[in-house]
Amino acid sequence: MKVRARDPHQVWREEFESSRTKRTDNIETSTISGVPVKPLYTSDDLPVRAEEMPGQYPYTRGIHPTGYRGRLWTMRQFSGFATAEETNKRYKYLLANGQTGLSVAFDMPTLMGQDSDAPTSRGEIGHCGVAVDSLADMETLFDGIPLGDITTSMTINSPAAILLCMYLAVAEKQGVPFKKLGGTLQNDILKEFIAQKEFIFPPEPSMRLVVDSIEYCAAEVPKWNTISISGYHIREAGSTAAQELAFTLAVEEIAKFRAARRIWARWMREKYGAQDERSWKLRFHTQTAGVSLTAQQPELNIARTALEALSAVLGGTQSLHTNAMDEVLALPTDDSARLALRTQQLIAYETGVVNTIDPLGGSYFIESLTDEIERQAEAYFRRIEELGGVIPAIEAGFFQKEIADAAFRYQQELEQKRRIMIGVNDFTVDEEAPIEILRIDPKLEAQQVERVRAVRARRDQARCEAALNRLRTAAAGSDNLMPHILEAVKAYATEGEIMNTLIDVFGVYTEKAVI
Amino acid sequence: MSPAKAPAKPVRILLAKVGLDGHDRGVKVVARALRDAGYEVIYTGLRQTPEMVVDAALQEDAQVIGLSLHSGAHMTLFPAVVSELKKKNATDIIVFGGGIIPDDDVEELKKQGVAELFTPGTPLQDIVEWLRKRFPSS
Repeated sequence: MKVRARDPHQVWREEFESSRTKRTDNIETSTISGVPVKPLYTSDDLPVRAEEMPGQYPYTRGIHPTGYRGRLWTMRQFSGFATAEETNKRYKYLLANGQTGLSVAFDMPTLMGQDSDAPTSRGEIGHCGVAVDSLADMETLFDGIPLGDITTSMTINSPAAILLCMYLAVAEKQGVPFKKLGGTLQNDILKEFIAQKEFIFPPEPSMRLVVDSIEYCAAEVPKWNTISISGYHIREAGSTAAQELAFTLAVEEIAKFRAARRIWARWMREKYGAQDERSWKLRFHTQTAGVSLTAQQPELNIARTALEALSAVLGGTQSLHTNAMDEVLALPTDDSARLALRTQQLIAYETGVVNTIDPLGGSYFIESLTDEIERQAEAYFRRIEELGGVIPAIEAGFFQKEIADAAFRYQQELEQKRRIMIGVNDFTVDEEAPIEILRIDPKLEAQQVERVRAVRARRDQARCEAALNRLRTAAAGSDNLMPHILEAVKAYATEGEIMNTLIDVFGVYTEKAVI
Repeated sequence: MSPAKAPAKPVRILLAKVGLDGHDRGVKVVARALRDAGYEVIYTGLRQTPEMVVDAALQEDAQVIGLSLHSGAHMTLFPAVVSELKKKNATDIIVFGGGIIPDDDVEELKKQGVAELFTPGTPLQDIVEWLRKRFPSS
């Protein structure tokens, strides 16, 4: 052949530019976080660096050399509703259906550290999770579930130390040594001030409780994950706050997880000088995006959740919750909860994606996007440092404003149809058949109020008061509070009583509303 | 805020998060949209009791109260705001709400005096148009 071959990149570019078949709608092509996306990625986009391997620093491709060939992720459905009794039944049902870990959803009063008979608990009991007021409820919640054989995640923050102590007390009653207990506490108080807003104490004493629980567990409950930084945190700090929206381009999620592992490893080793290799390894749980679910044509949520769950698996998650199709309307029914669990079982056993470690590693697009997200995250970290760190940034309303801005921008893109949500702003149907949803029996509220009052009536009042007094004294000093909280819990002090004792010393935090 | 302009007094809307949940994304988006549409918007912040909401509405001279709630306590707390208004002889204040509210509950809440409910996926423009109908001069 005499003719010199033209550069195929150049040929493609010319053909793309001159082509007349181009979509004319004005749909955004950037990711939801605003990362521009090119129509094609080639070897030119591949970063030049030494080859990365799973199980090796900086762990971009995963923290284990074996990936899912070694072990599948933990199938851990976040659940809880009504009373401890009802939720205990749901846990047993999910375990019987192949779930491999537990994850407790508490109701609003429990999350806010108040008892079911507090005036502001009215109407909230058991509605968005299970009501837990005292050790008695926790005993019922895990009745017949051997805590030495399962790991449990508890999504709770301000009162995290109390709920952990209740769990420890149940384990003790079951005769399970603390050293054998595995599980995770969310305990990520900073993001409460930033996004979720379930704060109670001011940031400083809140951080003390977090540190106390970490110190205590390092010595006494060594297998326990004492803090789990919420995905929100990475989304806010990583690239733009718009990632709070979570239902980003699926590939962007994969790149985000890969970048997060690399950033974590770098910072732990280079910046904080962590010596133990295990602390360089970012492990994470993923929950599919509640915000992506639609009340319209709710069956579509099954497909959305499957795609999101697939990207979590492709990103190498350690643990996964898949949302149920009806969660935009209410807490899931037995059937929809099982369907959600089945969705991840399908990914694990039918798709074959678990057979290769980091299957998208080396993709021009994924590798390039991973680097781009890493760059944006580093820029964000610099901004936070300029503001004096996370706590001053919270106090200045920085994160709150960034998130509110991003949410408003996104809503406008929806209204202008520059982003499409199927069933909401396009492809709508006129008549929708209603679906069956879970109803919380209003009678349960009165029963739970009775239950907490009965606990107060039958406990050893002197022992309980003495324990609370010791806790109050300890809170005013600098002792680790965990042993004191554990004693109060075992004396059947209620969650609200323990929180109020701490509030006496720590005070409460009030947020300045930013719109 | 600026008494110099505004020949027709703008409609004042108090937006409030009742109940214990901290999901304020929706209420903040609505607050900005209503402000952009020319309404005067006061946002109370989180965790308001029905009593606090009504007191704030009276103090702020609001004609409308917009309630936001995502914890499932709407059947208790929305009617509690309506009855608190009755107690304070302030039934001229219109109450609307938004959040994760099943259709059956929407009907029941309307019967109990909540003027309108906006559920997930509602375009912001629908809320603005509803207000324009209630306040044609706004």
